[in-house]
Amino acid sequence: MTDTLDSGPVLAADGRPLKASLNRALRRQKMRSMMLIAPLLIFIMFTFVIPIGQMLFRSVENQIVSDVLPTTTQMLHDWDASTGERPSEDVFAALTKDMMVAVEKKEHTRLGSRLNYETTGISSLFRKTGRRVDDMGEVYTEQFTALDPTWENPVFWADLVALPDAAAALPQTLAAYASFSDTIISEDGDDPREEQPWNTVYLSLYQDLSAASAADLSALPAEVGVAQAAVGGFETQNLGDAFTKIDKDWSSVEVWETIHTYSPDFTNGYFLNSIDRQKTADGSEWRGEQQQIYLTLFVRTLIMSMTITISCILLGYPVAWLLANLPMRTANLLMILVLLPFWTSLLVRTSAWKVLLQQQGVINDIVVWLGLVADDNRLALINNATGTIIAMTHILLPFMILPLYSVMKTVPPTYVRAAKSLGATNWTAFWRVYFPQSVPGIGAGSILVFILSIGYYITPEIVGGTKGVFISNRIAYHISSSLNWGLAAALGSILLAVVMLLYWAYDRIVGIDNVKLGG
Amino acid sequence: MSNTGNDGAFVEFERVQKSYDGENLVVKDLNLSMPKGEFLTMLGPSGSGKTTCLMMLAGFETATHGEIRLDGVSINHIPPHKRGIGMVFQNYALFPHMTVAENLSFPLEVRKMGKSEREEKVMRALGMVQMQDFAGRRPTQLSGGQQQRIALARALVFEPELVLMDEPLGALDKQLRETLQFEITNLAHQLGITVVYVTHDQTEALTMSDRVAVFDDGRIQQLAPPDELYEAPQNSFVAQFIGENNTLEGVVKEIKGNTCIVQLDNGDIIDAIPVNVTAVGERTKVSIRPERVEFDKGRLQADAHTLKAEVLEFIYMGDIFRTRLRVAGMDDFVIKSRNAPDQTRLVPGQQIEIGWLPEDCRALDA
Ligand SMILES: Nc1ncnc2c1ncn2[C@@H]1O[C@H](COP(=O)(O)OP(=O)(O)OP(=O)(O)O)[C@@H](O)[C@H]1O
Ligand SMILES: [Mg+2]
Repeated sequence: MTDTLDSGPVLAADGRPLKASLNRALRRQKMRSMMLIAPLLIFIMFTFVIPIGQMLFRSVENQIVSDVLPTTTQMLHDWDASTGERPSEDVFAALTKDMMVAVEKKEHTRLGSRLNYETTGISSLFRKTGRRVDDMGEVYTEQFTALDPTWENPVFWADLVALPDAAAALPQTLAAYASFSDTIISEDGDDPREEQPWNTVYLSLYQDLSAASAADLSALPAEVGVAQAAVGGFETQNLGDAFTKIDKDWSSVEVWETIHTYSPDFTNGYFLNSIDRQKTADGSEWRGEQQQIYLTLFVRTLIMSMTITISCILLGYPVAWLLANLPMRTANLLMILVLLPFWTSLLVRTSAWKVLLQQQGVINDIVVWLGLVADDNRLALINNATGTIIAMTHILLPFMILPLYSVMKTVPPTYVRAAKSLGATNWTAFWRVYFPQSVPGIGAGSILVFILSIGYYITPEIVGGTKGVFISNRIAYHISSSLNWGLAAALGSILLAVVMLLYWAYDRIVGIDNVKLGG
Repeated sequence: MSNTGNDGAFVEFERVQKSYDGENLVVKDLNLSMPKGEFLTMLGPSGSGKTTCLMMLAGFETATHGEIRLDGVSINHIPPHKRGIGMVFQNYALFPHMTVAENLSFPLEVRKMGKSEREEKVMRALGMVQMQDFAGRRPTQLSGGQQQRIALARALVFEPELVLMDEPLGALDKQLRETLQFEITNLAHQLGITVVYVTHDQTEALTMSDRVAVFDDGRIQQLAPPDELYEAPQNSFVAQFIGENNTLEGVVKEIKGNTCIVQLDNGDIIDAIPVNVTAVGERTKVSIRPERVEFDKGRLQADAHTLKAEVLEFIYMGDIFRTRLRVAGMDDFVIKSRNAPDQTRLVPGQQIEIGWLPEDCRALDA
């Protein structure tokens, strides 16, 4: 025993301060429990948190534009779309150089698809341009080589750019040559000393030499000086016109505006798209009536999920009550029936609903036979919202019944008896005493069903037609068909945010400690 | 046992039977009649049908046969909520989602009582159990004893004439139980209500009740005031169930008016009064309370039969001495003597002779 009368810190048996010993013991305990959950934690980290985080990141990520067209986007920075003019020749020169690299790296089609999400037609524009871009600036190549064949010599070029003074004198040429050599080394495994540079390098050389403030070239080979003297008389090429000849869209302000607004590395464009707005040069605006789909889908998803949740409560509550109050043997049998759906494949169940609900299906046959509806006026129960609600209610019902059952099981029958002995009728005893105690089960079941249904995909896909699909079907479409992952990620993020918001609201109104999955 | 047909009866069971499964009778031929204002306790071993009887009275179980009357009216077909019977459950059954005040106000609300009247009655009921300060608490924020008081107040707040309590103090510790026993009896007498009280605990039954009904095997074995039950058990089950008791077995040798002579299995002869033995030669169990056994010859009648006994164990218990003897070949014969200045302290191994007044020794059924 330690002597607590001493004024110093309380010591453990080995003479160390008791607090330190206690902390060490607790730390060891904590470490041990950490080790126990570590495999799961790591598993979840690698298979869930990181991929989902990355996926969500895609909703704002937009590096592809500035990656593929680095100089173009830079040059385009100061362009003002409101003038209604296509960008300057310098921008087109930059586009030529960027496209040349992109085509060699086969990145231009990816960028085309990306920008096509924003303005249709850009994809084919890029593909078309990609096939012709290597001709751009050929006039300059021809004129330089005509002036002096040395300009054709790859070794001369390689030596020229290696000179220490070249960087200051011929900056654009050096940059163009660098992309040329990097690209051919990485893409084709070629040696720059054996390949004549691209036309873009000559184009850059022309730009450098004809620049008003041409630098001092005395330290460079004599050919450069000669060329500088000659460029004044060179035939020039209007690149803007040349591009427009490939496709007139290159003169379209809309295309350039799209490239311009999507130049930054991060964009809110996907999110704006997700709520039916589009990005413009200065802010955003609503899309046309015809193109607005996502807000409607979000609202529909929420309303239908709530309808499904409410149907599940209405259908599941009595069943759960029976389960909790019937004698053991009967209750077990009923429980098996409740769990039965879990043992059949989701697809089989959903397809079964297709058979049941279609116009010539079993249910329609029965109501027609009963004379409730006319034969030529059969109910449309499938390929619409009704179909989705019916099938989803059936599929999600066990998720409502199970938490309800486990909560009801813990409500002792004496409460209802007590209420009755105090003078309450059956209904009052149920409503005032039994029901409030089953509310945590309703809460848990509702959260489960609502969250499951808000992200449900297969069933709406099969039985929902066009009017009964959810936002998740749209997300799946963007993930697997249109490959617009950014938009899919943005839609997914919004869905996640909505669920969290609702969860928060639920916590506020009902209180999350009022949710019980049992016991 | 045969109190049927009593005219002033408030609660009456007449030939009531109950079976849950259609094979076994849980309650067999129950006949009981209680006047208004009586505090009656049902006492009996587990599974003897006490709760079942209470539930039939409250209306949660239906009698398979027979009639239950309340104030002269058959209530067999009246649903529980119309019977107006207050009930206290073993686990209290306070509604966990309501405060104490709301719990108490519930029976008044369902009776469509006005708000001010309700509040007044709730406060008065809380006052009866000294729990006014707890009106705003939830049941889970109360101790077991406090919950019990609230449950009691709730059963009383709508002023029922009959209150049923099923082992209401079963989950409490001894001291609290004693306090509450006292409070419950006091309240019951003050309010003049009729109480049917179920318990396992015989001390509770004896101290609280006007009459005790001892249940066994679905029947009332004896229905009597506590002193009569203790001193004059009608059969050997009651004798053994209530209090401590010494039992000797033998055969009736002779019956003379209100005394008889019994020959024990080892041949010894003792005096007893015949309670339910009628003929010579019948087997019988003789019961003697430990505190009625004398070993001081001077205090016995001169012609009393005595038995030889050997002291096996002497236990000093403060107010009393408890001595275990070997009598008539049995090792569990117990005598109790008061710790008085002149009392002899027996020592193990000592040979003594014991005897008793014939009226303390009852020859019962075998
Ligand atoms: N709902 C029921 N269904 C079938 N049998 C039951 C039911 N309730 C009680 N029984 C049986 O009836 C018999 C009497 O039960 P009861 O609850 O009345 O006993 P009790 O005297 O209250 O016992 P305890 O002192 O243990 O509470 C028991 O054998 C019990 O198994
Ligand atoms: Mg019981």
